[in-house]
Amino acid sequence: MIPDLGKHALPILTSYGVSLALIGILIWISIWRFNSVRHQLEEIESKVKSRV
Amino acid sequence: MTALLLRDIRLAFRATGGFGLALAFFLIVVVLTPFAVGSQTELLSRIASGMLWLGALLACLLSLDRIFALDFEDGSLDLLATAPLPMEGLVAVKALAHWVTTALPLVVVSPLFGLMLSLPSEGFLPLIVSLLLGTPALSMIGAFGAALTVGIRRGGLLLSLLVLPLYVPTLIFGAEMARRGMDGQDYTTPALLLAGLSCGTIALLPFAAAAVLRVNLR
Amino acid sequence: MASIWRYANPKVFIDASNKVLPWVWGIAAICLVVGLIWGFFFTPDDFRQGATVKIIFLHVPSALVAINAWLMMLVASLVWLIRRHHVSALAAKAAAPVGVVMTLVALATGALWGQPMWGTWWVWDPRLTSFLILFLFYLGYIALWQALEDDETAADLTSILCLVGSVFAILSRYAVLFWNQGLHQGASLSLDREENINDVFFHPLVITMVGFTMLFLALVLIRTQTEIRTRRIKALMIRERAQEVQA
Repeated sequence: MIPDLGKHALPILTSYGVSLALIGILIWISIWRFNSVRHQLEEIESKVKSRV
Repeated sequence: MTALLLRDIRLAFRATGGFGLALAFFLIVVVLTPFAVGSQTELLSRIASGMLWLGALLACLLSLDRIFALDFEDGSLDLLATAPLPMEGLVAVKALAHWVTTALPLVVVSPLFGLMLSLPSEGFLPLIVSLLLGTPALSMIGAFGAALTVGIRRGGLLLSLLVLPLYVPTLIFGAEMARRGMDGQDYTTPALLLAGLSCGTIALLPFAAAAVLRVNLR
Repeated sequence: MASIWRYANPKVFIDASNKVLPWVWGIAAICLVVGLIWGFFFTPDDFRQGATVKIIFLHVPSALVAINAWLMMLVASLVWLIRRHHVSALAAKAAAPVGVVMTLVALATGALWGQPMWGTWWVWDPRLTSFLILFLFYLGYIALWQALEDDETAADLTSILCLVGSVFAILSRYAVLFWNQGLHQGASLSLDREENINDVFFHPLVITMVGFTMLFLALVLIRTQTEIRTRRIKALMIRERAQEVQA
């Protein structure tokens, strides 16, 4: 199934690897921060509400 | 405006103003160049104009944070902001003072440093003219950068990061003009572009810098 | 028709973006998977570039997003400066790191493509140089956001930097062109492959371009939400502390 990349296999695979890794890290960090900040905010808001 | 200009220049000449620091830095860059690339005359003369431009640019950068920082710290910037002088004029005068005290001495000594780097004799005039045309843009862009970072403590490194990319066009045109002059080619085009760049920055950047200063003084 | 400025309200923005986010994520995922798999497995070798042509499916879309991310930041900065909608400033802030990563991807894939094709990792070609300068602009922009503590000041200053930076980025682009022509006349290291590209490569390329754009949109939306919430947390904390002091 793997196509024959010939003598250029290394640069092609590296560029796919590097790009997907970089983009993957970016997506992961963004989603992780999204969730953690949302939970933090919910916690604080519920605390504020319970006091009132 | 003239009073402000004279005050700034006089302050710069005092010991705390850091006048001469840029010159010393420029000299060090020139002295270090042969250590880095080797002392062969033909090699040095080929890179002389470029190295002089780079040295002048970095020396300009070194003294940028002084444009507003000292006045910001002791509060005189707030006073100047409430003075009848418009903020744009204030920024332009500050940039002019920086140019007179930092860039102009660099231009004056550049032929001497050119000798040290064995710049070909036909390269002197284009080098001086290109520095004269280009350094006003460097001072003005630098004043904008200084206005951006005036409220930040230890903003020196950030200032360099912000200003250096903005220096790219000026460096390209300036160094290209000096290089063409050194090679005996016609250098009218880069000279015109460089002059245009300086005029454009002087005309437009004071507004941006003044807007930034107003935000920082808020 | 409801005005677009309705979305300047953070609450409305979060609700609306949550409604479209699944769709954006979905389209991004489908386009990226289809486009990249198509590009990687089912395209023939180019007669000149050999198999390295497969890198184009990462290189061109990331470069596209890298440039347009700055454009989007410019528009968002203008909206902030003129209409002072906080969401706009935060969206510009949220887009910058995405732009940096895309610029990095474009530079890295370009270098990896250039090594076998041009025999060197890096050439001072106008296009490559301009991209490197764009990368520096992104770094400066992000550094300024991080250095400033007051949110409103930071938004103002970064917006103006973005405006001035845009002018100088364009200037640099043409200056670099001028400089390089001055150095080596008629260098043929052009990356302009769009005009002579074959349909075989064009279709998957368009799909990955859509995929990357949607990915950018999705990332900006969730990052903007994060920024909005961070600011709300900050505000609530300050209020809490003020109440404690009163009590």
